[in-house]
Amino acid sequence: MSIRTEQMTLNMGPQHPSTHGVFRLVLTIEGETIKHAEPVIGYLHRGSEKLAEGLLYTQFIPYTDRLDYLNAMTNNYIYCAGVEELLEWEIPERAEYLRVLVMELNRIASHLVWWGTFMLDLGALSPFLYAFRDRDLILDRLNEISGARMTFNYVRIGGVKWDAPDGWIERVKETVKEVRENIKEYDTLVTGNEIFQARTIGVGKISQKEAINWGLSGPIARGSGIRFDLRKEEPYSIYDRFDFDIPTFQEGDVYARYKTRIAEMHESLKIIEQACEQIPEGEIIHKKGKRIMMIKPPAGEVYKRCEASKGEIGVYIVSNGKTQPYRVKLRRPSFVNVQILQELLIDEPIANLVAIFGSLDVVLGEVDA
Amino acid sequence: MELKGFQDLEKYDPRLAEDLKRNVFFTKVEQVKAWARTRSLWPLTFGLACCAIEMMGTGAARYDFDRFGVIFRASPRHADLMIVAGTVTAKMAPVLRQLYDQMPEPKWVIAMGSCATCGGPYKDAYSVLNGVDKIVPVDVYVPGCPPTPPALLDGVELLRKKIRQEAAGEQVVKK
Amino acid sequence: MSQELLERIVSRIENIQGEGAVLEASLNFSKPMITLDTSNWTPQIAQLLHDDPELKFNFLSCLTGMDYEEHMEVIYNFHSIPHNYYLYVKVKTAREKPTVHSVQPIWKTADWLERETYDLLGIEFPGHYNLKRILLPDDWEGHPLRKDYVTDKKALGLD
Repeated sequence: MSIRTEQMTLNMGPQHPSTHGVFRLVLTIEGETIKHAEPVIGYLHRGSEKLAEGLLYTQFIPYTDRLDYLNAMTNNYIYCAGVEELLEWEIPERAEYLRVLVMELNRIASHLVWWGTFMLDLGALSPFLYAFRDRDLILDRLNEISGARMTFNYVRIGGVKWDAPDGWIERVKETVKEVRENIKEYDTLVTGNEIFQARTIGVGKISQKEAINWGLSGPIARGSGIRFDLRKEEPYSIYDRFDFDIPTFQEGDVYARYKTRIAEMHESLKIIEQACEQIPEGEIIHKKGKRIMMIKPPAGEVYKRCEASKGEIGVYIVSNGKTQPYRVKLRRPSFVNVQILQELLIDEPIANLVAIFGSLDVVLGEVDA
Repeated sequence: MELKGFQDLEKYDPRLAEDLKRNVFFTKVEQVKAWARTRSLWPLTFGLACCAIEMMGTGAARYDFDRFGVIFRASPRHADLMIVAGTVTAKMAPVLRQLYDQMPEPKWVIAMGSCATCGGPYKDAYSVLNGVDKIVPVDVYVPGCPPTPPALLDGVELLRKKIRQEAAGEQVVKK
Repeated sequence: MSQELLERIVSRIENIQGEGAVLEASLNFSKPMITLDTSNWTPQIAQLLHDDPELKFNFLSCLTGMDYEEHMEVIYNFHSIPHNYYLYVKVKTAREKPTVHSVQPIWKTADWLERETYDLLGIEFPGHYNLKRILLPDDWEGHPLRKDYVTDKKALGLD
């Protein structure tokens, strides 16, 4: 006797606990197997690019905070770096060090949120609590220097807004020690866990060739064996002064992406320690940077990119010599990275969906801009 | 203070009367219900944008939402509180309304952050709804962009106060 | 090195499309930048950039749509991971019915980036398998990133 089966459409989102925001997937399933997946996005499209055209250059910085709100410092930085490239300004040394410090601290905070929520998706609650505990430690440091917990608006065109308060560098050093110990503990808690490995090893494989063709970057690309990190390949700011590795894994599965991010947190801690030792005294902003009406880049255009916690973040700025940008295009890593779901989910069981989606580390603010 | 219902107490044994005074109280059913409800507000896990991360942060180790009986639920059918944490766009608005309609009565809404309150920084954006109060009734507005976890805790505390006051028949919002 | 690369790219393209196919060729912040008319931006040229062993622009970094009021442009930022080369390709198209040939079959990255450009600027990408709105609702009218788009939130029922 044969059993009649037919395909079924399953809607997931835009309100779903494991989509981390307003992401929607329309799945066509055959039994437990996904036959077709269509991501639907735009539920958080806020038109940042259009708003940029009506604002002064400096006024747009807070909007970059709200793209990838888990890694706002890097967004601040790349936008400012793009404008600085057009202006051809020299940035004070101390400002560059402060930028690197806050960007790396923020990268760890971002990866911790990913780690906590990813484990939550896989059914483990305690990692979430641990991760947010440590993230709060880091946010305390960022709060002290910028005055905000998430949307910092700290990096400015020409430098940074505030100098480090008294004793901040010392406190950062202590935080680094504490976070390092904790990350090691998390590693022993989760990475070797048999159930966790069963759900992640060999799941959601992305080959090296595919990763490049889909434009994947960041930990996803490095988890697929592409040794590519803009901090090393195209050293911006002062990243060429630090000694750190690019963790790369060849397998290309969910587990490899997991390991890449864990290893990356350790590398970021290394960078922070070195920056704390090397940081000089001095100015924190270019002398013209404080007068925002004076920021008038000459007519021209530039594409500038750097390594955010999710991958390559880029900004294409077109100036026509006025105080407002003519056009700002934001290349958001999550937007590009999440595309691959359409292909990656085919012929996977539904149970793997959450693991695969979680491993991409997508932030919806950035997907939808 | 002379409590209602204790008028004829002298008829009884004085020891019993003393016991009754200590262990029995009279109130309205509405107020008992309100008291119970304020102790177990279950919000819907409904993160929209940046504020959602702070909402998660409030639920995590340091701020610990559970202390207040606030436990996140994944389904609107379990929830009696909707925390609108983030920007509501034209595309999201109908979905939000549908989720609100799916929640059983009684239900409350907290507009968390300036986007949900009035559009916030995205007030001029072509795709953003200027304030969630245009589609669902809001009980408490929490300012901030995003509000810190203590601010959200305070918002929940205000909501609890509101629920208690309403049950007692007091006017909460001045017209 | 960049100057050399720029000349090499220009000669490769003009070998196929004929003299004068590259409207402008310059270095922009020491990275090669070429401007083409949309009629010369053919799948063959895109394939050449992707496959040529001396170019191998296998990574599409960014795709930007631009409204210059008189004309429109689509700007591609390519990166060649094996050679560590960069390239800006600007494709000019008319403002009336702007059309640029899709590169989605060659770089899958372009899938959503082109849909986004179509959604916000109204540039058509023939050759794309699924060109429809992505960020805005399907029934949205107009393309907001065009310079003449007027945001009227009252009319949209958002304010």
